[in-house]
Amino acid sequence: MADLKLTDVKKAYGNVTVLEHINLDIEQGELVVFVGPSGCGKSTLLRMIAGLERITAGTLEIDGQVVNNVPPSQRGIAMVFQSYALYPHMTVRDNMAFALKIAKKSKDEIEQRVSNAARILQLDPYLDRLPKALSGGQRQRVAIGRAIVRDPKVYLFDEPLSNLDAALRVATRIEIAQLKEQMPDSTMVYVTHDQVEAMTLATRIVVLAGGGISQVGTPLELYQKPQNEFVAQFIGSPAMNLLPGKIVETGDRTVIEMDEGGRAVSEYPTTPEDQGAQVKIGVRPEDFVAAEEGDYIFEGKVDITEALGEVTLLYFETGEASMEEMEKGDAAVIAKLQGVHQNLRGQEVRLTAEPSKVHVFRNGTSILYR
Amino acid sequence: MPVILQGLITILIGVGGCVGYFYLSNLILDRFIFPAKGENIGRNINRANAVRPWLFLFPAMFVLGLYLVYPVVGSFVRSLYGRNPNEFVGLGNYISLFGSSDFQTSFFNNFLWVIIVPAASTFIGLVVAQLTDNLSWGNLAKSLIFMPMAISFVGASLIWKFVYANDADIGLINAIRAMLGFENPIDVMQIPFWNNLFLMVILIWIQTGFAMVILSAALRGIPEETIEAAILDGANPWQLFFKIKVPQIMATIVVVWTTITILVLKVFDIVYTMTGGNFGTEILPSYMMDFMFRDDGRATAIAFVIMIVVLPVMIWNIREARKEMR
Repeated sequence: MADLKLTDVKKAYGNVTVLEHINLDIEQGELVVFVGPSGCGKSTLLRMIAGLERITAGTLEIDGQVVNNVPPSQRGIAMVFQSYALYPHMTVRDNMAFALKIAKKSKDEIEQRVSNAARILQLDPYLDRLPKALSGGQRQRVAIGRAIVRDPKVYLFDEPLSNLDAALRVATRIEIAQLKEQMPDSTMVYVTHDQVEAMTLATRIVVLAGGGISQVGTPLELYQKPQNEFVAQFIGSPAMNLLPGKIVETGDRTVIEMDEGGRAVSEYPTTPEDQGAQVKIGVRPEDFVAAEEGDYIFEGKVDITEALGEVTLLYFETGEASMEEMEKGDAAVIAKLQGVHQNLRGQEVRLTAEPSKVHVFRNGTSILYR
Repeated sequence: MPVILQGLITILIGVGGCVGYFYLSNLILDRFIFPAKGENIGRNINRANAVRPWLFLFPAMFVLGLYLVYPVVGSFVRSLYGRNPNEFVGLGNYISLFGSSDFQTSFFNNFLWVIIVPAASTFIGLVVAQLTDNLSWGNLAKSLIFMPMAISFVGASLIWKFVYANDADIGLINAIRAMLGFENPIDVMQIPFWNNLFLMVILIWIQTGFAMVILSAALRGIPEETIEAAILDGANPWQLFFKIKVPQIMATIVVVWTTITILVLKVFDIVYTMTGGNFGTEILPSYMMDFMFRDDGRATAIAFVIMIVVLPVMIWNIREARKEMR
């Protein structure tokens, strides 16, 4: 049970820098989730904390002690792997007891800790089975049990749900949340590329991109006040719409004239220097509402509608989009309207949003965080 | 007719014959015996499909029967007769074999070979496979260790004849002895009992490469995460190797071990070339050679004993190899 501190951590393979300037404080009892697109270095960062990868520069402290050169097993951490990494030749009991046997714990203590972990994870009936006789979800529980018996200061999870099917993933996610409830003092670091896992489990989320930290914050902070365009589009599904415009009024409220016509009002405050600045406004699909009269932010022809019952998704034509834009997902403007809206296809629709839901980004960064 | 032409024609006839057999027999089955038309079309197709595997298996089974099963039975029958093929002696050959001290020596020596050579080859191969895995020049080392595999047993024996030569100017062993200050060279092939071990060294030298290559591949097949998990669990390199890696490749180890065991039971070239079975180094195959063409009854009896000893190892080997494949 401890806090974790990364100071200016860097990882490079030869001349290729993968991660740089990683500064992060994780407090005891937190469940911190690393998210990011594939290849952003989130697993590498976790493996550096585990001690499976060397730290090129900077320091890693666990419980106030620098552990850069401490072997993995003495760092007081335990890790759960994506592929479970169970020892195939050992029974569930032996898998869980292995670390304790290596540490030369007494037989009674091993027995007591293993049965305790088995009880928490409901693995009692399977203790004498080999991993190959277990289902995917059970295997992952054994892997978690192997971490629990060691009573580590920090739990590390490396995409633990990625190998499970959709239904099991939800069930196991809830189990991990419950496990965290049962052990409120334990510190957990969790890597995933699934933002739903991140949003539901995390005390705080660390968004990694481009070799560094994009933003650190609680799930709702990231959703409500994204620090930059990347986080804005990464968190939330479908991704936030970004539309170009120019600031025409500054002050406690900002008014933006859209390049495509239309006006947006945002609660983001601006200074007179911002007058005339080229910006992008961000509106989440679910924050768009149909504009009855007067100002609108966006006007367009509905290309496709998807009626999901509770909501209706509208996809708008936005002229010619480059391949690059298509891949990044900001080709089409998407609106998510509550309820059922029929016969909108091919029609011109005007959309607007509450000023509090309109985000303003200048040069890729939210003007809230200047 | 030039020899090369003869060879080519033979190959053509052989391969063409095979293709022709499979094609024609299949055709006959489908067109004439169970034609896929007429009243019983469904039944005919089912029957043809039931017969087809046997049709295709037949040549292999026939040839195996002719060259494997028949000789086994024939040998057994022959072993019941004496030196004179018309003189029936029953189990006489076997009884006199087990009473002979030479046979007992070679049986005991063979037992030592079977225990020591596979164990040493597999163990050294495993250790080498593990040690060379993380070396930058590991592949070079592996190539060197694998090379003896390419040498025939007789060739290898000749090389080791030099190593063991009874002369400090030629023999490595005696050169080392001379360096350490011993005056007279010795013939290591004449030291009772130990000479057996010196002979085994030759086969170990040859077979370690085989074990190393197979086990090296198996070691690389172990999922990296299980090793990382064990490192996190605090296992030291020693425990990592013996408690995590070795158990995961146990099936492969058994296959390598039994394969070498079977080979050991067949080796006679090394003993024949090095000592000719003298000085108490006789093993069953070389003992068999002593009687061949002189007392075929006795020789086939020895061959039969060898077969019975190999059989269980063979069965185990095939079982493990099958398990491995699953």
